[in-house]
Amino acid sequence: MSVHTKTIAQLSQGLSSGEFSSVELTQHYLDRINASDLNAFITVTDELAMKQAQAADDKIAKGAGSILTGIPYAHKDIFCTNGVKTSAGSKMLDNFISPYDATVSHKLNQADLVMLGKANMDEFAMGSSNENSYYGDVKNPWNINKIPGGSSGGSAAAVAGRLAPFATGTDTGGSIRQPSSLCGITGLKPTYGRVSRYGMIAYASSLDQAGPMTQTAEDAALILNVMAGFDEKDSTSAERDVEDYTASLNDSIKGLTIGLPKEFFSEGLDDEVASQVMAAVKEFEVMGATVKEVSLPNSAYAIPTYYIVAPCECSSNLSRLDGVRYGYRCEDPKDLEDLYLRSRTEGFGEEVKRRIMIGTYALSAGYYDAYYLKAQKTRHLISEDFKKAFKDVDVIMGPVSPTTAFDLGSVKDPVSMYLADIYTLSANLAGLPGMSIPAGFAQKLPVGLQLIGNYWSESKLLNIAHQFQQQTDWHTQVPQES
Amino acid sequence: MSLSEEQVGQIAYLARLSLSEEALQSNTKDLNSILSLVEKLAEIDTDGITPMAHPLHMTQRLREDKVSEEDQSESFQAIAPKIGKKHYLVPTVIE
Repeated sequence: MSVHTKTIAQLSQGLSSGEFSSVELTQHYLDRINASDLNAFITVTDELAMKQAQAADDKIAKGAGSILTGIPYAHKDIFCTNGVKTSAGSKMLDNFISPYDATVSHKLNQADLVMLGKANMDEFAMGSSNENSYYGDVKNPWNINKIPGGSSGGSAAAVAGRLAPFATGTDTGGSIRQPSSLCGITGLKPTYGRVSRYGMIAYASSLDQAGPMTQTAEDAALILNVMAGFDEKDSTSAERDVEDYTASLNDSIKGLTIGLPKEFFSEGLDDEVASQVMAAVKEFEVMGATVKEVSLPNSAYAIPTYYIVAPCECSSNLSRLDGVRYGYRCEDPKDLEDLYLRSRTEGFGEEVKRRIMIGTYALSAGYYDAYYLKAQKTRHLISEDFKKAFKDVDVIMGPVSPTTAFDLGSVKDPVSMYLADIYTLSANLAGLPGMSIPAGFAQKLPVGLQLIGNYWSESKLLNIAHQFQQQTDWHTQVPQES
Repeated sequence: MSLSEEQVGQIAYLARLSLSEEALQSNTKDLNSILSLVEKLAEIDTDGITPMAHPLHMTQRLREDKVSEEDQSESFQAIAPKIGKKHYLVPTVIE
């Protein structure tokens, strides 16, 4: 077994037993990144990584290391990293060297993890294919002519291509789960408020949530243990103790009740994806779970609701990028208005501009009630659907994405792209935790199974996913090296 | 309802974006197709439903009113496009 196919749990053993050092491990991954043509990284922080690896080795030698000391990772370029370029995939922030650490970055540093670099992503996390990055498309390691999914496409490609043992991601409408599904890895979006948003460049603040992207559920639990927790610097952070997410991984799932929402298996779902998802559900039945049909009647409104709420919040959040205090400023502005107009017009990409304009329109006088207020009310109905469903079932399962990864450049109009988010948006609108776990292949491409749990049920989701991964080997499949 | 190019130009201006002739045409088409997607919301009866401002219905936390941030103006200004002493420079606003 090559070292880069090992899970975090296995690497941790190798480091503490002295089988390899963090410096060796880090160099190995850096070599793989440099040889890779996936474009998974915007910035490779090799010098910093070697320094962190050396410090980790020193700590391990002194017997002062913890379970994650010296493990390398890819950090989505949406998290501010002190002294390191933080671009959010945008020309607007191409020159932005963050003067501070995001809380997540700080916590990962405190745990002695080694940052290999900043992962590519759709600009400001807006996109489902990673084709909206200023730094170019990311390629799917399973087939380099396919999209990796988005917006955490670089993170997913890095983990699937074994360029990093794990990556961080953020999920506003599916941006952890969808690329995890399309690249065949494990991704967890926690309950809204579980992981601090401080220093995580905001897209839609009432939806954004960070989480781990890993090979296995066990690894995701190890990383969530570090990422999660109350943060007084984030006013929406939940004041709630962090559990040990590894504690219940081995619990039996006999008697688990799985809900299958009929709306998730309707028109538009690829037949082969559907049959892989159903085969995974069948596997759970063999393991002692029972399956029940549930209904989320307002699911059909998740797309329109999301594509009002998110653009409205983004138009407000991105208004701070004006070329005055940091980020891109146009050449020779003739007056202040010209500075604003040209800095923003030249700095933002097409999709970001579209969403800013939709949000600006929907929030403008006379339209606020018809759009934003209406969407917020519908959002309430969508979350009530889940509340009802969770009275009868422990977990909801279904597909993550209606199809497997599509060809790069094949989806040109924005609305068709939005429709691909149909199964992931509702969990964000309701604030619920969700996962994608590898569940098979269709058209030689990975298919993910989505798990949606009740609020604060991350431990339960990880337990369910871990038990599935004890019975299946989809999560150990590695793409052929090109 | 659908937006005219003139309206789209106005929206772009409100967002401090400027659109070329070509961009105005393509954005008008795209914005209208996005709006027809979201028009679907009109179907739902939301009478008496409270808008959901926060997924966990949390109220804003309050903290003691004391200084928590130290002065970091130097590091913040180090990444600014153009600065003077403790201020940011922009083109002349008042002649």
